[in-house]
Amino acid sequence: MLDLLQNLGRRGLGVFERLGRASLLLVQILSGLHTLLPRPRLVIQQVFSVGVLSLVIIVVSGTFVGMVLGLQGYNTLVDFGAEESLGVVVALSLVRELGPVVTALLFAGRAGSALTAEIGLMKATEQLSALEMMAVDPVRRVLAPRFIAGFISMPLLAAIFSAVGVLGGYFVGVGLLGVDEGAYWSQMQDKVDLYDDVYNGVIKSLAFGWVATWIAVFEGHDAVPTSEGVSRATTRTVVYTSLAVLGLDFVLTALMFGD
Amino acid sequence: MGPPRNSDSRTVVQQQDNDEPLVTIRDLTFRRDGRVIFDGVDLDIRRGRVTAIMGPSGTGKTTLLRLVGGQLRPERGSIRFEGEEITRAGRGRLYELRKRMGMLFQNGALLTDMNVYDNVAFPLREHTDLPEAMIRDLVLMKLEAVGLRGARRLMPSQLSGGMARRVALARAIALDPDMILYDEPFTGQDPISMGVLVRLIRTLNESLGLTSVLVSHDIAEAASISDYIYLLAGGRVVAQGTADELYESDSQWAQQFLKGLPDGPVPFHYPAPDYAGDLLAGGEGREAAA
Amino acid sequence: MMSTRTTEIWVGVFVAAGLAALFMLAMKVSNLSALNEEDGFTIEARFEDASGLKVRSPVTMAGVRIGRVVAIEFDKQSLQAVVRMRIDRRYDTLPADSSASIYTAGLLGEKYVGLEPGAGADECEEAALEAELEGRAPEPCEGGTRVLRDGSRIKITQGSLVLEKLIARFVSQFLEGGGKKEAAQ
Repeated sequence: MLDLLQNLGRRGLGVFERLGRASLLLVQILSGLHTLLPRPRLVIQQVFSVGVLSLVIIVVSGTFVGMVLGLQGYNTLVDFGAEESLGVVVALSLVRELGPVVTALLFAGRAGSALTAEIGLMKATEQLSALEMMAVDPVRRVLAPRFIAGFISMPLLAAIFSAVGVLGGYFVGVGLLGVDEGAYWSQMQDKVDLYDDVYNGVIKSLAFGWVATWIAVFEGHDAVPTSEGVSRATTRTVVYTSLAVLGLDFVLTALMFGD
Repeated sequence: MGPPRNSDSRTVVQQQDNDEPLVTIRDLTFRRDGRVIFDGVDLDIRRGRVTAIMGPSGTGKTTLLRLVGGQLRPERGSIRFEGEEITRAGRGRLYELRKRMGMLFQNGALLTDMNVYDNVAFPLREHTDLPEAMIRDLVLMKLEAVGLRGARRLMPSQLSGGMARRVALARAIALDPDMILYDEPFTGQDPISMGVLVRLIRTLNESLGLTSVLVSHDIAEAASISDYIYLLAGGRVVAQGTADELYESDSQWAQQFLKGLPDGPVPFHYPAPDYAGDLLAGGEGREAAA
Repeated sequence: MMSTRTTEIWVGVFVAAGLAALFMLAMKVSNLSALNEEDGFTIEARFEDASGLKVRSPVTMAGVRIGRVVAIEFDKQSLQAVVRMRIDRRYDTLPADSSASIYTAGLLGEKYVGLEPGAGADECEEAALEAELEGRAPEPCEGGTRVLRDGSRIKITQGSLVLEKLIARFVSQFLEGGGKKEAAQ
């Protein structure tokens, strides 16, 4: 019994310890951001690897999600004779929730895990140490550009997700199921508010981008420098980012869309 | 077996004007995970010399290099580089000092996302404002010094271990540092690469007027090029001197290490209870959990 | 390894695509165009019952949307619902004696405010009437129909029909009717 408590206690302290380390790392990253201004190339390179290379999965997923929304939405609405509102259902679901959240989850799986693995591997092969000994701060040179790239890319990816999703819903609803084209767009335009919905969705994806990239970069930097350690760190990135995004989504939704 | 004969082509080290050691370490104490790594270590690294730090595995030789480079902070003691206290240097100052040190990591630690040329050019591009044309000249010179000028377009993944280390060496001398730290440079090398590296370390030390610190447990090679050797064991310096002095010394540590004896101050047996008692005590044929 | 130039081009494409998506969401998906009606004039109407009406519900006349509800408040003096609406600036010819009613759009639809044009109160008639009531000489004034403008209040209103009240009324009418029949026999 006592052992169990001891274990729990140690685990608990461990959590705080990691959180503390992660926060310190974040402060280090933020304080070094200004050094990136004269070297945009570093950030651009990372936006490519984090954003551009995620485009395929985001576009494909967005299209499918939009199409499914069109299908399911139609099936439910048609019972109420309200299938003209399909556009609203698809657009609001995407812009408010699915766009930011699903994009963040996909990001964690594709880009987040890649970041963690890359940084962890650099740690294991002593590249980070070598940078330090060459008087180059690895946090500023390696971590900061990746952090900024993730933060910038996330809202763009989420917007692309929502946009192709709406088009996917259009394809299924109007193209295949016969919903009136005019009704699809006009009802949507009527009910989707720029500030309440689109703007809030962007805020969400910025918050998710912050959290997802922070976790990915921290886990890589904190990984045990062995192959097993890197693999565990990558798993942790995906799991923790997913949990954090979903939890944060609840909090943000309550704040933004609650009364 | 006597000490390895030094080749006569080895030049006599010039008397430096400044006889003050480049690095002085006094009473260095460092602990990790509760284990004592260093317990009051005193060392001097003299200018222009090749100093070897040797000892059995696990004595924390790499840790020593990290302490000298300021990547780790000791619990107690002082490490002075050119008279400046490393243990108390702020980040900015530390980074300045590191520009005067080069470090060769065990596996080269080349940046894997750029080719050989860019790797060697990296410190120059980061820390100087030199135009690309000049950087090109410097990079080619450094690569020529290690014999890899023709490999400059290769990626690190295309290099053999020995070649990677040589490129890393070229990178380490890119900024013309005062001192180079070698972390186990001979480990896992075939005889030819070994020979190349040995020759390079010595030649560069002479021609560039460097101070070299070598951490290794490869006696033959290290002893053949070192001017002075420190033997570490149990967190302390147990023997020091030139290769000849050590071979002749009374120290049991030195004798065991230099001759490769399996038993001595570093015991063969891991601490265990009495053998006979252990055999007789087990009646059930299964080791009960402690 | 991709050359830097190709990388940069792709990043540019990516950022452009992202911004285009945001733009599309803003333009085609949301009510951005509708937001331009922020400039308009505000009128007020009081209802006995404003159930179901929400802020941003449409305000229509002749079936065409001319504005939106911007605020719904409760007046504790008159115990009525005070609904403030913003009407698009273009529609400056709405008669001052128009009435406002709360309707339901479709079976499950949301509530909206429908304005019906009044007969057209004459500007000077109203002013003269007021002056008479107050016992002073009427001021000289030009003719012309009074229109709704910023701060105007709609006097005639019809609150929203709540389903339960309707049923209750229907049932009581039915019972009354039945009762009268019995009494008549």
